[in-house]
Amino acid sequence: MARAPIGPLDYTRRTWMRLTLLATFVFLYAPIATLIAFSFNDSRRNIVWRGFTLKYYEQALDNEDLIEAFVNSLTIAFASTLIATVLGTLVAVLLWRFRFPGKVGYEGAMALPIVIPEICMGVAMMAFFARIGWPSDMVWPFSLSAITIAHVSFSFPFVAVVVRARLEGFNRELAEAAQDLGATEWQVFRDVLIPFMGPGLVAGALLAFTLSLDDFVITFFTSGPNTVTFPVKVYSMVRFSVTPEVNAASTVLIVLTVALTVTALWLQHRTRIKTAETAG
Amino acid sequence: MDPWWRHPLVFWVLGLPPTAWLLGFFLIPLGIVWLFSFAELRGVIGMEVTGTLANYARALDPLYLEIFGKSFLFAGMTTVVSLVAGFPVAMAIVFASPRWRPVLLLLVILPFWTNLLIRTYALIAVLRIRGFVNFSLEWLWERGDWGLALIGLPGVLGDRFEPLELLYNNTAVVIGLVYVHLPFMVLPLYAALERLDRSLIEAALDLGASQWTAFRTVIVPLAFPGIVSGAILVFIPALGSFLTPDLLGGTDSQMIANVIERQFKGANDWPFGAALSFLLMYLTFGALALRAVLSRGRSAMDAG
Repeated sequence: MARAPIGPLDYTRRTWMRLTLLATFVFLYAPIATLIAFSFNDSRRNIVWRGFTLKYYEQALDNEDLIEAFVNSLTIAFASTLIATVLGTLVAVLLWRFRFPGKVGYEGAMALPIVIPEICMGVAMMAFFARIGWPSDMVWPFSLSAITIAHVSFSFPFVAVVVRARLEGFNRELAEAAQDLGATEWQVFRDVLIPFMGPGLVAGALLAFTLSLDDFVITFFTSGPNTVTFPVKVYSMVRFSVTPEVNAASTVLIVLTVALTVTALWLQHRTRIKTAETAG
Repeated sequence: MDPWWRHPLVFWVLGLPPTAWLLGFFLIPLGIVWLFSFAELRGVIGMEVTGTLANYARALDPLYLEIFGKSFLFAGMTTVVSLVAGFPVAMAIVFASPRWRPVLLLLVILPFWTNLLIRTYALIAVLRIRGFVNFSLEWLWERGDWGLALIGLPGVLGDRFEPLELLYNNTAVVIGLVYVHLPFMVLPLYAALERLDRSLIEAALDLGASQWTAFRTVIVPLAFPGIVSGAILVFIPALGSFLTPDLLGGTDSQMIANVIERQFKGANDWPFGAALSFLLMYLTFGALALRAVLSRGRSAMDAG
């Protein structure tokens, strides 16, 4: 079958355009792909392929500091996601449902944690916890409270944005129909609005989880010697040298976050299709 | 009976927890740093808020002005390179077949979701002296040298392969910043180009414009809001980057964030660090205000 000739607007079918696209994807993916590939390479020199091995994964698993940092990261991510999802949802419903004086300013203040440079927020958190004398010798997991609080502060406005975007698509007739059929206000909230928000809540929570798991800068300023998270640990390892062990640990984190992200995107995509179907 | 959402109690139940959190664990910490920026050091660790402007004045010292200038330069170069590289990518995605569009978009977004530290580390592994780029170049060099020797030109490429110094300099910082921020440029450009009415390009071409003229006079002006958004979205985080110059830069590639970090962690001069971090924040707000002005001016022109 002969292909149609390239039309004037078929930019993507032009060779130079495809080459640009290819070059960009190589630029974006080659470093990550190399990192993953060489975590399985049986050579410390790390450049020439010497055969498949899982020994660096075993070494990473045997590294108690690394495992402790990983457990810390997951604990902080779970706790901060839980709090951030609740707070973010409250903000989303508040801004969606109510009009009040100073709302524009309120929305601006809520967007601040998204907008300001990470370093500014990091030093602010560091100064704050030092100033109020936040105890730094608590037992685990309470020793992670300072980092968790900082993570909630920068992630709940993101959750609010995601959940609010979902709420904007809410069809008020659904609530009215439920009321006409005799549902109380509370029942409408519980049985109509909450299920409708569901996918937005999940997407927001996954976003908060990834943000927490990924954060380095803000955590760097709020962590102490006994509260090292995974990125902070990797940072101290990277400063010394490039080792296959770090590659292995990084690969685990990449796979974890990519899986979470794809799940979140897929959920949003699916609900968008469903919404379009019910609307149409 | 009032609907539940009109009830004042509901308003307070919804509003109080997040507002209290924002106030207590975000605005007050920022306020503390703001106060610190007007403080003077007393002894080794003491500080007293005296309302002095000395910390801000010190930021005008040529040493720090140079660092501010360098940060602007790095962030500006990152923005320009991202724009030049991102525009064709965004166009290619917009004009791709509907089946490929979401896949290409996902491919652009996905690296953005992997850990910043790990991506920077991956770049180190690729760019270092014994890294992948130099390894590939050496391989090419050996083949080239062998080929040249065959045709009777031995040693034209030098006696031996000299690996490139790709890391720990200013170029590495800009490469790293582009690597990290490219998706921020592509997404708004994509959003702007997707809305673009294609019949306008067709009309320009039908009326005899060359592809280049159509690009310059139709596509770019219509994509202008996307260009502004993308530029700001790249410029702001690039200006405040800490990790990229820290890990990829040399001794002379320090940016504002690195200086701030040093004041808080090593030098223990919190007042000066606080002043610098507020200056950085004001610059950020300035960039955001610029975007608002530019997009408003644009829509006023469209209306008029």
